[in-house]
Amino acid sequence: MAETKRVERPLSPFMIGPYYRPQMTSISSILTRITGNALIIGTILAVWWLLAAATSPAYFNVANAVATSWFGDLVFTGSLWAIWYHYLAGLRHLLWDTGRGMEIETAEKLGWAIIIGSVVLTAITLILV
Amino acid sequence: MRYLTARKRAEGKGASHTGTEHHWYMTVSSVALAFLVPTFLYIFGRTLGQPLEEVIATFSRPFPAILTALVVVIGMRHFAKGAQMMLEDYTQGSLRKGLVILTYSISYAVTAVALYALVKLALIGFLFANMAH
Repeated sequence: MAETKRVERPLSPFMIGPYYRPQMTSISSILTRITGNALIIGTILAVWWLLAAATSPAYFNVANAVATSWFGDLVFTGSLWAIWYHYLAGLRHLLWDTGRGMEIETAEKLGWAIIIGSVVLTAITLILV
Repeated sequence: MRYLTARKRAEGKGASHTGTEHHWYMTVSSVALAFLVPTFLYIFGRTLGQPLEEVIATFSRPFPAILTALVVVIGMRHFAKGAQMMLEDYTQGSLRKGLVILTYSISYAVTAVALYALVKLALIGFLFANMAH
């Protein structure tokens, strides 16, 4: 019966930069985290716009002016790319979870596929909507 | 004292104390979002920039309303748990706890606001449709 021992767990070290030169695998990984977390900004703007539409015409005019301004365009276009990047990176994780695509060469190719694919899908979405 | 061996107590739990539950939730929600998000992007992108009447008309239809609700509910849980993973990587102690609680709170608040707005838009759309007759 082992006693429960409290241990001071170390933080995961941030490797890119001081210890590791930037590589496709590490950069495409950290971008997944950055895009996923940054999406909260576009989500809050979109939900605020939805709330305003449900509240009153006057409030909608305010939120809609912000959402369709240069600032709104910047946030939503950035979020659109972030969604597609995170989407493709997520598919890569699902592939990796099956044990496939782990070879360095393949992983690097997948990294390029995510970056190029996210730009292409962003452009296609912008054309369609 | 519980009559469990140390191995039995540790098995499948790992550093998170909940085993692979977190990872499995991210897997399940990511697959759900992969199916939901493209159509949502199309509907939202088409509606953004339209006059208020069009916005109400779109989001009071069942498909866009239910799809948006699913994207927000699943998306915000996926976000909260993903952001929690980042916070657990880079912060410790009380700061970590505080930031995880804040992240969860923001996610639940955004979800509640979105669902409130969707319900209200559906009701407004229903009233418009019935006043027209």
